[in-house]
Amino acid sequence: MYENAREKIARFVNAKDSAEIIFVRGTTEAINLVAYSWGLRNLKSGDEVLVSLMEHHSNIVPWEILSKINGFTIKYAKVNSDGTLNYEDFESKFSRKTKIACLSHVSNVSGVINDAKRIARVAHDHGALMLVDGAQSVPHIPVDVQDLDADFLAFSGHKMLGPTGIGVLYGKKELLEQMAPFQGGGEMIKEVSFSQEKAQCSISWNALPWKFEAGTPNICGGIALMEAVKYLERIGMAEVLKHEKALTEYAVKRMRECRKVTLYGSSDLSLKCGIVPFNVEGLSSHDVALFCDNYGIMIRSGFHCAQPLHQVFKLQSSARASFYIYNTREEIDRFVEVLKEIERA
Amino acid sequence: MPVVEDYVARIEGTCGDEKGAVVTFKYDKKDEAIARISKKATLKSSIAGIITEFVFQDISFRVFSSGKAIFKGVKNREALNEILSDLLL
Repeated sequence: MYENAREKIARFVNAKDSAEIIFVRGTTEAINLVAYSWGLRNLKSGDEVLVSLMEHHSNIVPWEILSKINGFTIKYAKVNSDGTLNYEDFESKFSRKTKIACLSHVSNVSGVINDAKRIARVAHDHGALMLVDGAQSVPHIPVDVQDLDADFLAFSGHKMLGPTGIGVLYGKKELLEQMAPFQGGGEMIKEVSFSQEKAQCSISWNALPWKFEAGTPNICGGIALMEAVKYLERIGMAEVLKHEKALTEYAVKRMRECRKVTLYGSSDLSLKCGIVPFNVEGLSSHDVALFCDNYGIMIRSGFHCAQPLHQVFKLQSSARASFYIYNTREEIDRFVEVLKEIERA
Repeated sequence: MPVVEDYVARIEGTCGDEKGAVVTFKYDKKDEAIARISKKATLKSSIAGIITEFVFQDISFRVFSSGKAIFKGVKNREALNEILSDLLL
């Protein structure tokens, strides 16, 4: 069943081969896998890694840590004040020194959908690889890795109705074949043989995808993720996106009725999926989150693990309403009532 | 002898400029915890009966009727534990 799960998930993102689907703990581990298995051996002083300022910390910190080891440079592409990617700046920063470009497909703060396909094309024109952080896209919009032409795509189970502790790294087979293992242990080896003569072990790696899956796999997690994928497929990802866009449009319209609420991000809702960042005048985002919590409404507060983007917005923190397939317009009405109650207080 | 842990289920750090901590009181002890805080701390303001702002030892904090509190500007976890100890015990 575990391998069936891999097959199912491969088809869900339209991978050519299920060997391109590596089970990991989540998006963070997937990106770290690329950083250490590919980056550690392929990035050196003089090379450049291109990252946008809207990235989640998990698509910044691994590269920052590695740059201190290998001495390469990280270039940060600008984000416009409305939270959209500054494509001109991103594209202008590519050079022959660029070895990999890393970009969120959808921002976890603003919900802006980036044209990752466009950036992948430019990356490849410069001989660079493209890593797409799909943590916020795979659960919410149709994603086709062949169409995107991403070299790597990372995503997490817990953001798409699956459990925590399971996620996926998709990688093009030819790249994964060339990469060294991420972690060592059982499962990821073909043979470990001890030579009495040399007093050493000689080790050969297992085939893909198991080369990257050291130790006892998270079998339950993989199977549960498959069931989540089946459920999403029954609804259809285009329908998921349509529902979220409708809710986002409705939420933005209703939240604009609140005079003390400031909304952030692009007003072009066609560029967004189900996330609305905001603040309430006179209250910290944490106060707003706990106020909503009192009414059984869960929102996120703080930096959302994206401090550089908050610096772009000149914000110390923000509250974030987010929607998925199980949310309704009635829940948004209730949420707006609560916001109005905060305003009245 | 009662200890802070009798009342507090979890303490989490917050991020942003309001850097502080969210204290979650144990569900079955939250009303008692809030009552004890109300007796010892000075009431500053109340918002819709849901958020109550207090001051204690020059530290301003907000208590939510759901059983959570946000402390801001507390130096570190040890200092927070001391304040909670003074408030709750």
